[in-house]
Amino acid sequence: MNSMTPPQTLGQGGQPVGPYLLEIEGIRKEFPGVLALNDVQFRLRPGTVHALMGENGAGKSTLMKIIAGIYTPDRGTIRLRGEEVELNGPLDALKRGIAMIHQELALMTWMTVAENIWIRREPKNAFGLIDHRKMAEQTRELFDQLKIRIDPTAEISTLTVAQRQMVEIAKAVSYQSDVLIMDEPTSALTETEVDHLFDIIRDLRARGIGIVYITHKMNELFEIADEFSVFRDGTYVGTHASADVTRDDIIRMMVGREITDMFPKEEAKITDVILSVENLTLPGVFHGITFDLRKGEILGVAGLVGSGRSNVAEALFGVVPATEGTIRIDGRPVTIRSSADAMREGMALLTEDRKETGCFLQLSILENMQIAALHQGHVKAGFVDEQGLTKLCEDMKGRLRVKTPNLDERIENLSGGNQQKVLIARWLLTKPRILILDEPTRGIDVGAKAEIHRLISKLAQEGVAVIMISSELPEVLGMSDRILVMHEGHMTGILDRAEANQVKIMELAAR
Amino acid sequence: MANVQIEPVARTRRKLPQELNILSVLVGVALVFELLGWIFQGQSFLMNPQRLTIMILQVSVVGIIAVGVTQVIITGGIDLSSGSIVAMTAMVAMSFAQSSDYARAIYPALTDMPVIVPLAVGLGLGLLAGIINGSLIAITGIPPFIATLGMMVTARGIAKWYTKGQPISFPTESFAKIGSGAWPVAIFLLVAIIFHVALRYTRYGKFTYAIGANPQAARVSGINVQRHLITVYAIAGLLSGLAGIVTAARAETAQAGMGMMYELDAIAAAVIGGTSLSGGRGRIFGTVIGTMILGLMMSGFTFLRVDAYYQEIVKGLIIVAAVVADVYRQKARTKKA
Repeated sequence: MNSMTPPQTLGQGGQPVGPYLLEIEGIRKEFPGVLALNDVQFRLRPGTVHALMGENGAGKSTLMKIIAGIYTPDRGTIRLRGEEVELNGPLDALKRGIAMIHQELALMTWMTVAENIWIRREPKNAFGLIDHRKMAEQTRELFDQLKIRIDPTAEISTLTVAQRQMVEIAKAVSYQSDVLIMDEPTSALTETEVDHLFDIIRDLRARGIGIVYITHKMNELFEIADEFSVFRDGTYVGTHASADVTRDDIIRMMVGREITDMFPKEEAKITDVILSVENLTLPGVFHGITFDLRKGEILGVAGLVGSGRSNVAEALFGVVPATEGTIRIDGRPVTIRSSADAMREGMALLTEDRKETGCFLQLSILENMQIAALHQGHVKAGFVDEQGLTKLCEDMKGRLRVKTPNLDERIENLSGGNQQKVLIARWLLTKPRILILDEPTRGIDVGAKAEIHRLISKLAQEGVAVIMISSELPEVLGMSDRILVMHEGHMTGILDRAEANQVKIMELAAR
Repeated sequence: MANVQIEPVARTRRKLPQELNILSVLVGVALVFELLGWIFQGQSFLMNPQRLTIMILQVSVVGIIAVGVTQVIITGGIDLSSGSIVAMTAMVAMSFAQSSDYARAIYPALTDMPVIVPLAVGLGLGLLAGIINGSLIAITGIPPFIATLGMMVTARGIAKWYTKGQPISFPTESFAKIGSGAWPVAIFLLVAIIFHVALRYTRYGKFTYAIGANPQAARVSGINVQRHLITVYAIAGLLSGLAGIVTAARAETAQAGMGMMYELDAIAAAVIGGTSLSGGRGRIFGTVIGTMILGLMMSGFTFLRVDAYYQEIVKGLIIVAAVVADVYRQKARTKKA
């Protein structure tokens, strides 16, 4: 780190150098068995976007929850506008002007936009009852300020994720919050929605609001953040202006080691066609999907969120089967009506949403890993061959470098990257010939990401045919032999590795 | 990585089985009654084999039901119909088990049947009710609470309609034998062992936990969730049918009011035994202990001559306390973010 002396050395010993909105000093937080934060500091200036960076498990989320009043630190001080405060719960934090936009959005689905924003502060009429018209009017004024175009009387359930996020931001602004915490706000947004969000963030910044921004995406850091702080294993590493550093500098700070190649694609021998999809259609969702996939090949699938990418994967795997079109495996037409059918044909699907459709959170790592393999042997007269299967799982744990002391630990207690490795292990145990990966590295740390990429390359070398859906263009470009691009349910092209680049993909994905 | 530091916690947890908590509660309850026995009654509560035998006999029927209900709860569901299925199967099975010594049998032509006939009829009827429960839940997607509530009311209705409210008595000797002596206890323990093993060591068990923990992930993992749910509810129905047979055989009579509130006792036994109502967690061994705790309390209060009304009040409080304790345990575990 010697090569990177912070450009603006921050004050020591609790004396603020500049007028800070929020100052955090010497914070420590311990959970049973885990020291989540150890003597951590953080300072937020008004009118800036301050990114928190670090691998999963670095302590960003814990720090953020302390700032939002959700956790109480064991030790340390929090100063808000120069004044030392103690935050008694999220509501107290909110009243003091600290608002958090949750990663899992926290709105009441069956209530209207206006009701959500003004809850507990509803305007009343002469009878002391809620004045809905006035409430809608207030909401409209608020939205005009923020250039948000959403109907205040719409029910939250009818809004997209991006719109819901806008509602949360508007709610935070309505509390006159000047510290706004955003936890990976773009993880479920399309490109245009991200642009809109960034416009709003810039606008908030111009009003002097300080924004704490958690992200895994390096591009966003350079696009939106003024400063960033890096954390590693619960400790504070440093704070820098984002204009003064390069991508590699940040990665080095985060992992504390050199990563020479983020996308170590190794050439694999591409042989016979194994999967042949023709005119696959699910009306209203996707249409006329046609492609061939060869053994050893990695077919990247790019497209904006909502382009039907994941639906095609689900159709191939029988989760929601297509209604038209043919699927051939080894040249033989097959009928796939359920996941079990797909698995019999040697397919595996790593789903997009780890929590919703991947992990059994309350179950152990072992149980999570072995569940799919139970369809293919390992069972005699109904009884599971625990010993044999556990040994295979142990091997898999070693091979994928799952960081856990033992397989009986609940999967819930693992970091996102390690959970993802367990889920990949689940599918590898079924010895798939066709592996479909939907966002295999979303929301996981840089180290685990590179390991997963290496693994995918290796599987391809072993002759597995891979379909890899990803929103991260560098990942798609780095890993794929060919790239299928989708736009609003249609295939808009298949690019060869040699001709593909970000511009070409975006042209096909967003025309 | 920070999570490596979890190790010491994980190790200690491996050494102590989850049931240890609940087992210590059982011992604690027993000791409290023992102490109170000496204080108020001047005699031992535990050193009375007869009392303990009666206690286990009393709860074995609820225990048989609880084994099925535990599995349903592990899938994230609930079964409110078991008590009514007990009454329905008791009535119908008994009508095929009557002795020819009795002049006014329900089916005069079908008296003195071999014991296999009422057994098959009772088990078959329970199984059918369970399959209906499971199919309603798995295929139409209505909540288990509603589906089994419907079955609860309907099965009770069938039990009453069957003889227009008249009890059925005079079973053959071989049928009565099922409920005599230690048979009910033996049946309960056998059923418990079978399903304890099934849940822990078979694919059936793995799938049951998986569905309860995350039905969507279970489906993507290739599990036929609909079919499996129907199986689990069918087993619960079958066990309720078995409980109905045992109840009727033990009482040597069947009445439409039998098994009243047994479904709630069974749910309570499962919950006290550590089964989580949100699904994905629970063990039959815990349920057996939970059943024993319920039995011990009933027997203990009777021994201390506590008014029956107080007994119910306290039972209610204990069920709620068990769930509250479970919620806090869960919170303590998930707090490490």
